[in-house]
Amino acid sequence: MPTGLAVRAQALLWEQLAETGRMWRLAVAAGRQAVAGPFRGQPFRWRATIAQLIRVGNQSLSLVALIAALIGIILALQSAYQLRQLGATHLVANLVAVSVTRELAPLMTAILVAGRAGSAIAAELGTMKVSEEIDALEVIGLDPVDFLVIPRLVALLVAVPCLTLFADLIGILGGCLAGVAALGLSAGAYTADSLSALVLEDIFGGVIKAIVFGGIIGLVACQRGLGTRGGADEVGRSTTTTVVRSIVLIIAADLFVTAVLFVR
Amino acid sequence: MTAPTPAIEVRGLEKSYGRRRVLEGIDLTVHEGEALVILGGSGSGKSTLLRCLVGLERPDAGAVSLLGRDIFTAAPRELADLRQRIGMAFQSGALFGSMTVAENLELPLVEFSHLPESTRRIIVRIKLALVGLEGTEALRPSQLSGGMKKRAAFARAMALDPEILFFDEPSAGLDPVTAAGLDRLLLSLRDVFGATLVVVTHELNSAFAIADRIALIHAGSVLITGTPDELRACQNPIVRRFLDREAEPGPEHEGRLRELILGSEAPDG
Repeated sequence: MPTGLAVRAQALLWEQLAETGRMWRLAVAAGRQAVAGPFRGQPFRWRATIAQLIRVGNQSLSLVALIAALIGIILALQSAYQLRQLGATHLVANLVAVSVTRELAPLMTAILVAGRAGSAIAAELGTMKVSEEIDALEVIGLDPVDFLVIPRLVALLVAVPCLTLFADLIGILGGCLAGVAALGLSAGAYTADSLSALVLEDIFGGVIKAIVFGGIIGLVACQRGLGTRGGADEVGRSTTTTVVRSIVLIIAADLFVTAVLFVR
Repeated sequence: MTAPTPAIEVRGLEKSYGRRRVLEGIDLTVHEGEALVILGGSGSGKSTLLRCLVGLERPDAGAVSLLGRDIFTAAPRELADLRQRIGMAFQSGALFGSMTVAENLELPLVEFSHLPESTRRIIVRIKLALVGLEGTEALRPSQLSGGMKKRAAFARAMALDPEILFFDEPSAGLDPVTAAGLDRLLLSLRDVFGATLVVVTHELNSAFAIADRIALIHAGSVLITGTPDELRACQNPIVRRFLDREAEPGPEHEGRLRELILGSEAPDG
C-alpha cells in the first residue's frame, strides 16, 4: 500500500524530528544548568560524575581494547594485500596509524560505548522513570537534569575521548603485531614508520570526533531514558532505540566532522 | 476546623490529556493538621489531582496553593523552598534502587540541610524506628517486602519534617493486616509531627480509618466533601454505589456474562 507507506513514513519522520527537538532541549537545559547551577548554590556534582566515569570506563575498556586490537590487525592485513602489488608493504604502518587515529578508533569506540554504556544509562533512567523515582526526585526538590543527566553527560564527554586515545594505541599495536607476524616487517621499523606518519592533527581530529560522539551518546541515552513512558517493556524499547539512534547520529556526525576538519 | 490559612487550597483545577478531560474544575481546601482522604475509583482523576497538588503535573487551568503560596506562579527558588516543606510517599515506594535504605533517607538531608554526617545518621535511625524498620539501613530497596518499601518511603517523605505529607495509595497491593498496620502508622505519624495529611486511595476501609474528612472524586470533579459520618449518611446514588461497592450498571451485564460463560444455548435461569 503506497499511501499507507507514505503515511507511516511521514509519522516516522515527525516522530524522529520531535525526538531530535527533545534532545536539543535537554542539551540546552543541561548546558544552562551546568553553567548557571554553581551560581545558584548547586555546585557541580564531582563525586557523581567521577562515579559515572568509572562506570563507563569499566563497562567499555576491555571491549574497546579487544576490538581496537582486532581492527588494527585486520586493517594491516587488508592494506598489505593492496600495497604489496605496488611493492610498498612498508607503508602498512602509515596507513594503519592514520586510519586508526582519524577514523576507526573514534568511530568503533563510540559505537561500543553506545552499545555498552549508552544502553545501560537508558535502561537505568527508564527504570527510574517507570518506578516513579524521577517523580520522587522532583518532589524532593532535586532537578533530574542536575542530579542525573549532567554527571552522565560529562562522564561520556570525558570517557569517549580517553577510550579513543587508548584505542589509538592498541589499534597501532595490533597493526604492528600483524606487520611483524604476517608481513615480515621489523617491530622497530613499524613503530618508527607509525610515529613519522602521524601528525598531531590526526590524533586531535580523532579526539574532537570522540567528544562529539560522547555528547551524542549521553544526550540520546538520557533523553530516551527520561522519556520512557509506561511499563517495563517500554524500558527495553528505550534501550534499543538509544543504541540505534546513537549509532545513526554518530555516523552522521562523523561525516560532518570529517568534512569540516580533514577535507580541504 | 477553623484554621487561619488552609494548608492546601485548590481552585478550579482543570486538566486534559489530549481530548480526555481528567479534571473538570476541582475545588478543595485542606486545613492545617487535618487528615484528608481523596477517595475515588480507577480513572476518577484522583492520581492526576495528587500530581497537580505536588507540582508534578501542570494543570490547564486553576490554582494550587500550598502553605499560602501558589505553586504554579512561584519563582523556582520559592518552589524549591516549598518542596522542602512537603513530603510525598509514592504508591510503589519509589525508593532509589541504586542506594541503600539509609542513603535514600539521607538524600534530602544531604541536599538541603547542613547537618554533619553523624547527625544525619541519627536522624535516619530515628525515622526508620518511627516506621518500624530498625536495622534495615544497609539493605537495598530490592531486598525489602512491599509493605517495608512503603514504610521506608514514609520515612523518606518525613526526612525533613515536612508540614504537609502526601500519600499515594498507601495500602494498595498489601494484605489486610499489613494495610491496617500502615493506616495506624499514618495516624500516629500525624500525631507525632502534627503534619497535614493528604491520602489518595480507593480503599474504603483505609479511607474511613484515616480520614478527618473525605473528598470523593468522581469523573474529574469533587462529588462530596465531608466527615466519614456525613459520607455514610449521604444519599447521592453515586456515593452510595461507591460505598456499597456496587458495580456500575451496564446494559444486560449479567445476561451477557452468562452467555459468554455457558454459551448461547444455556438454559434461561
